Amino acid sequence: MWKYVLKRLVAMIPVLICVTFLVFMIFQYAEGDPARMILGFDATEEAVAELREEMGLNDPKIVQYGRYMWNLLHGDFGTSYSTRMPVVTELASRFPNTLKLAAVSIVVAMAVSISLGVLAAIKQNSIFDMFSMVLALLGISLPTFWIGLICIIIFSVHLDWLPSGGSEGLRSMVLPVITLSMNSVAAITRTTRSSMLDVIHSDYNRTAKSKGLSKSEVIWRHTLPNALIPTLTVAGIQTCFMVSGTIMVENVFAWPGIGRLLVSATQNRDVPLALGCIILFSVSFSLINLVVDLLYAAVDPRIRASYKNK
Amino acid sequence: MMNQKEAAHAGGQAPALDVKDLVVEYRTHHATVQAVNHVDLEIPSGKALGLVGETGAGKTTIGLAIMRLLQEPPAAVREGSIVFRGEELRSLSEKEMQQVRGSQISMIFQDPMTSLNPVMTVEKQIAESIRHHEDVTQEEALQKAREMLSMVGIPVERGSEYQHQFSGGMKQRVMIAIALACRPELLIADEPTTALDVTIQAQVLEKIKELRNRYGTSMLMITHDLGVIAEVCDEVSVIYAGHIVEHGTLEDIFENCLHPYTQGLFDSLPNLEDRKAKLKPISGLMPDPTCLPEGCAFWDRCPYARGICKMKKPARAYCDDGHHYVECHLYEDGKITKSEVKDVG
Amino acid sequence: MNKRNHKRHSQAYQIWERFSRNPSAMLGLAIFIVIVLLAVASGFLFDYDTVIIKQNFAERLQAPSLAHICGTDDYGRDVFARIMYGARYSLGISFTAVLAALLFGTVLGSIAGFYGGWADMLIMRATDVLMAIPQILMAIIIVSVAGSSAGIIAFALTLAQIPKFTRVACSAVLRVADMEYIESARALGEPGPMIIVKHIIPNCFAPLLIQTTLSVATAILSVSGLSYLGMGIETPIPEWGAMLSAARPYINSKSYLSIFPGVAVMLTILALNLMGDGFRDAADPKQK
Repeated sequence: MWKYVLKRLVAMIPVLICVTFLVFMIFQYAEGDPARMILGFDATEEAVAELREEMGLNDPKIVQYGRYMWNLLHGDFGTSYSTRMPVVTELASRFPNTLKLAAVSIVVAMAVSISLGVLAAIKQNSIFDMFSMVLALLGISLPTFWIGLICIIIFSVHLDWLPSGGSEGLRSMVLPVITLSMNSVAAITRTTRSSMLDVIHSDYNRTAKSKGLSKSEVIWRHTLPNALIPTLTVAGIQTCFMVSGTIMVENVFAWPGIGRLLVSATQNRDVPLALGCIILFSVSFSLINLVVDLLYAAVDPRIRASYKNK
Repeated sequence: MMNQKEAAHAGGQAPALDVKDLVVEYRTHHATVQAVNHVDLEIPSGKALGLVGETGAGKTTIGLAIMRLLQEPPAAVREGSIVFRGEELRSLSEKEMQQVRGSQISMIFQDPMTSLNPVMTVEKQIAESIRHHEDVTQEEALQKAREMLSMVGIPVERGSEYQHQFSGGMKQRVMIAIALACRPELLIADEPTTALDVTIQAQVLEKIKELRNRYGTSMLMITHDLGVIAEVCDEVSVIYAGHIVEHGTLEDIFENCLHPYTQGLFDSLPNLEDRKAKLKPISGLMPDPTCLPEGCAFWDRCPYARGICKMKKPARAYCDDGHHYVECHLYEDGKITKSEVKDVG
Repeated sequence: MNKRNHKRHSQAYQIWERFSRNPSAMLGLAIFIVIVLLAVASGFLFDYDTVIIKQNFAERLQAPSLAHICGTDDYGRDVFARIMYGARYSLGISFTAVLAALLFGTVLGSIAGFYGGWADMLIMRATDVLMAIPQILMAIIIVSVAGSSAGIIAFALTLAQIPKFTRVACSAVLRVADMEYIESARALGEPGPMIIVKHIIPNCFAPLLIQTTLSVATAILSVSGLSYLGMGIETPIPEWGAMLSAARPYINSKSYLSIFPGVAVMLTILALNLMGDGFRDAADPKQK
């Protein structure tokens, strides 16, 4: 098992190298001279040229990339053009906020959607089932940022219950979490329901009933463990969506996380800062995928067996 | 409770299971499928009854109806009684039925490939049944489960494996172990060997026979295979379009079958003595179960069909022994005598 | 029997037949057709310069009424007309991007699946890299460097969508490549590209159709999201996300401005999701 984890971690490296290379090269074509940006418009040409030389901006692009990667290996993401702070410091101060938002959202989303999906499947064709399926269909059709706007209109403007932005206290987290988890709740509910129904009609579920187990025992011990396998796939995909969804949500609610940092960095053409954010996002995606694969192995012995053989 | 009942029936020849006039329908938006039409089945205590018929004749539905495992809706048991050891199963609550399932009546299903939970070890699946019905700890239940495994011929150490690591025959053995784990009085085996290779079929049948003899379990063997019937059954009921058309002992049916449909079943088997003889399959198809004919369901495939067959359902006619019966207009008038039988044959 | 000779037509036809019997899928299709018709009609009904973007301060920030069923925005422009016109951008960009991704993805996926070996290796590793960057992130990166014209946005979305189509096509090809009629085509000496075009691609029809529908939905979400962030289509062009972005300062007083463009996005996505579900059920009737 650990060998497999290690293998997956190693396999992440070339992907991340390619991602950084691709993004680094794209950013090289950004308009504007970083040295000029740092020094401001009233700086002399000489000073700008000097700084360019100092920053190594005159070197071939591939050399610059090599230098960037070398520094990256030593934990140095460079210095932000706009704030003159080390990118690492900026990321470190913002990342916990994003992590908090995403983690709470995925936990809330999983809890709500799995219960909804299971209940809908057990009460198939009931009013509750139809109601939650219509809601789920609407839920996957709403643009994240618009959910945020609607939440603000309802809960902040009209009801005045919750703040429409900022990051002070638990209250300010409620709307961002609702917004961020809405799409995922809908998607996971749909998958949970349909995989529950598949298992409920399966032969082994009937075998479990034929042993004399009660309905709830059958569901807890046999139906749910099997139905959760497809649910997990979708939850993994949804977690990735959520991490990229933080970009939208943080901007709607002025939440001080990586997503907001990224947008302002790209708008300011602050290449090192933007690159840092993107690398952080990419690493997060790869790690989430790895965690999801490991969770599969935890719930599905067939997959566990295939890992052992690898 | 169990002991009292056992005592009550110990002396008499009360049947283990007595199904009377069972009617099961499947209701969909478009139509009502009459899957089981007034079926009577009687399984003498300790004996094995074979229920034989074509695919789609309603055999599995009967098995599931006895276990109360039908998917309701669309299925619905409309009429009839299912008496198990003197107790009407249909009047039991769901909770009481749960006490019966797995401990007093067990079922083995047709497809072992999909009948085991893929994410639970096989020994746990056997132990679950024991744990549920007997007052034992998890560890004792597992111990018993391992005993069951070795009894069906699976090495004990494989108990901690999952179903995907087992072959089809092994899976069906596990199913047998689950079904017999609590020593049920009645075992319903629904085509237990159909999905298996021929060589494995014999092994599995042998295992069922052996364990059944050891525990004195009564059995309902549901199959389309007369070979399986000959191998394990004491009595045979022949089902056609959801209705029993002939019933008798194994000898009655194999030596002296009466109903044209039963004869057709035997005629469509290859004849080892005369391999040049052509197979005589029964022509035509079973009637559409959403609109069964008014008269005999077999009339349009029957070589002896007469006008009355199309109009009127045949009544039951008994042989001299009062046990072997047939429902066919050929034997309409009272009791069947041997000479009449020969006429038809 | 005749159907078997025209496998390609019959498969598409069967899917359509089952699709057309599914009421929610047909509802989706109906909504979608209405949106497309409105988008087309808006070009004839409204003059871009005098209706869509012309400022009219006399009528600014009017609440919904009979004259302006969705009200007017901060420059006095009719919101409903702008929403109708905005569909041209959302749909235009998304369809262009997805069709391009469909084309490239199918070709790459077929090559990877059919030939295997190093081509498969190379293509699949490249999709790994592209997939590590989510769509909206890819769009932000490219737009921030190359500018935010409709063409650039479409290009960015194409790039982000290609890997999905490549995967879908590749797995579909792998599924059919082992089938006997492909074997026999190979045995008869048909050249590889010929087999791909004649036999394999028609059989990937269903999964690609489903992926296309769902991809258009995510592309529309990305286009509007990007514009909302101020990195996509910019005002005064009436793109839905840009309209929502422009409405943000008025969220307290004139919240209707933040509602109607979002409803337009939602209806479009809903229609596409209903259609996608319908295609999925139609392609695989066993699954429910």
